[in-house]
Amino acid sequence: MATVTAEPTTAEPQVANAELEAAAAAADRRRGFLIALPAYVYLLLFFVVPFLIVIVYSFATRSATGATRLSDWNLRAYEKLFDSLVVEIVWRSFWIATITTLICLLFAYPFAYYIATRRPAVRNALLVLVMIPFWSNFLVRTYAWRFILGSDGPIGSLTEALGWEPIRLLFTPAAIMIGLVYGFLPFMVLPLYAAIERLDWGLVEAARDLYADGWTAFRKVTLPLTKSGIVAGSLLVFVPSFGAYVTPAILGGSKDLLLGSYIVTQFQQARNWPFGSALSIVIMLIMLGALMIRRRAAAEDV
Amino acid sequence: MSDYAVELRGVTKRFGDVLAVDAVDLAIEDGEFFSLLGPSGCGKTTTLRMIAGFDYPTEGSIQIHGEEMALQAPNERPVNTVFQSYALFPHMTIEENVGFGLAMKKVPKSEAAERVDRALDMVQLAHRKGTTPDKLSGGQQQRVALARALVNEPEVLLLDEPLGALDLKLRQQMQIELKDLQERVGITFVYVTHDQEEALTMSDRIGVMSGGRLLQVGASTEIYERPMSRFVADFIGDINLIPARVSGSDAVELAGAVTVMARGVDSAAGGRWLAIRPEQLHLVADGEATPSGMNQVVGTVVHRVYFGDSYAYDIDTAMGRVDVRQENHPGLALHDPGSRVTVWWNPAVSSLVVD
Repeated sequence: MATVTAEPTTAEPQVANAELEAAAAAADRRRGFLIALPAYVYLLLFFVVPFLIVIVYSFATRSATGATRLSDWNLRAYEKLFDSLVVEIVWRSFWIATITTLICLLFAYPFAYYIATRRPAVRNALLVLVMIPFWSNFLVRTYAWRFILGSDGPIGSLTEALGWEPIRLLFTPAAIMIGLVYGFLPFMVLPLYAAIERLDWGLVEAARDLYADGWTAFRKVTLPLTKSGIVAGSLLVFVPSFGAYVTPAILGGSKDLLLGSYIVTQFQQARNWPFGSALSIVIMLIMLGALMIRRRAAAEDV
Repeated sequence: MSDYAVELRGVTKRFGDVLAVDAVDLAIEDGEFFSLLGPSGCGKTTTLRMIAGFDYPTEGSIQIHGEEMALQAPNERPVNTVFQSYALFPHMTIEENVGFGLAMKKVPKSEAAERVDRALDMVQLAHRKGTTPDKLSGGQQQRVALARALVNEPEVLLLDEPLGALDLKLRQQMQIELKDLQERVGITFVYVTHDQEEALTMSDRIGVMSGGRLLQVGASTEIYERPMSRFVADFIGDINLIPARVSGSDAVELAGAVTVMARGVDSAAGGRWLAIRPEQLHLVADGEATPSGMNQVVGTVVHRVYFGDSYAYDIDTAMGRVDVRQENHPGLALHDPGSRVTVWWNPAVSSLVVD
């Protein structure tokens, strides 16, 4: 019964050694690279190359007629960044983006907290509600705000009906901020929700057990442990707000120019491509700085 | 007012339609190591959480040293908790973790620092006070959690399966350390566990819970040796439960028309079982003499399993299959499967239990 027959094998089984292990690891890396290749190609063609073009153009020369000559490389575009008008525009964009971010944070945190502490079914329904605005076109929604904020819109009519001076919001920085908060609020809610949902509520109980009242437990435990969500959400709102073009173009006035619109002006009416490129690079650098802050925060976050 | 450290009266907790804790009455003495023992979902953790203040009872009274606390917030109760997952604050150092309660109570900084040092000394972790919890092993984290609670000198320390996440060796070592510590600090410990061995080795008294009810409260020996219900007998340790019927004073008729002597015959009511621990059963080869005054029944060995320190036998008898444990020692007579044996036991070591 117990006869052992040697099975004929096609390949000799190999005993592992360092050389074979290295070969296997190399094969593994090759496979990984092939899988990522389409994404690499995409990033190279549509991100790296255009960005290099922008960098090159920022050192180019603008001719008197507004054509861009790729010769006589110079730093004039960068010198122009320090014009008081430009500094003012960058500064205004910066504080509008900052206030927008803070308002979003103030609205989104309690809401995200509320969602994260519901039962799963309610939670999912509320998350869908957060996403619903994305189902319709951003431009259309922003135009709707133009009506709401306009002097013959509901706010204007109401203040007028009450016999007050009609509040004029449209074409003010306030209108831009309302539009930006409206547009970017979901980007704040979602990371905050993710962070709060992940929170170990046992830690909050531990704080309460160690004599912290509800508010102190929130300040000492909940808030610091959801910092990753606060940082992520703030970046997701700040970065697009800083360079926003559509919302300021529709809701903002012509006199409070913001960075996004100013860059568009350089490429169109002003025909100063080198300067427009330099401005774009400034935005990129500021965003890069913001991302580095985030990486530091994420590294601290255990 | 009562002298009890913790006193529960008619404490009931409902979560929607689920009755988690059902009219529990319990009095825990000052300085006692009290364990709530039961399977998961029996209501022991909910009971502990109600004492801590994380859940409020649906009905009933919870007093801590005579003061009504049932609806007080956790931070207003003179108790501290050691959590199952330790719940150490990951964004704080060990020192900040241990000092958290003192800071909240606004204990002066210098005094707080001194007390934190002492608490960390007590758990032999003073040298790690600058690190964060994630750098510590499970056993060390457990010790920090203990120090963080004890540094506040609570009137009652609540422990929710604090050793559950540790491996067996460390758990056994920590059991001894915990018991030692409790005796040293003299604080009342209320300890929740599903591990009967843990409860038996550490507790002054044990309360066994099942289905939200507190079934029996007693000293470890009482719970183990004189269980009152089938559940308590079965949950703690191994036990033989043999269907039984009282047939006279001190006499019990078992399945298979085996009549034996038993104690506690008249105290039991309703459905009855004769409960005997496997290690209380003795074996001799059939035909050999047994001591007089003992119960005995003849049977056949079905299995014999070697455990190193003991042998476990399965024996088929007229009253059903019984488990027998024999401590291993040189010269122990072994019985092979298929051989006929006499199982005998002292009537005093069996108990009659209700369903």
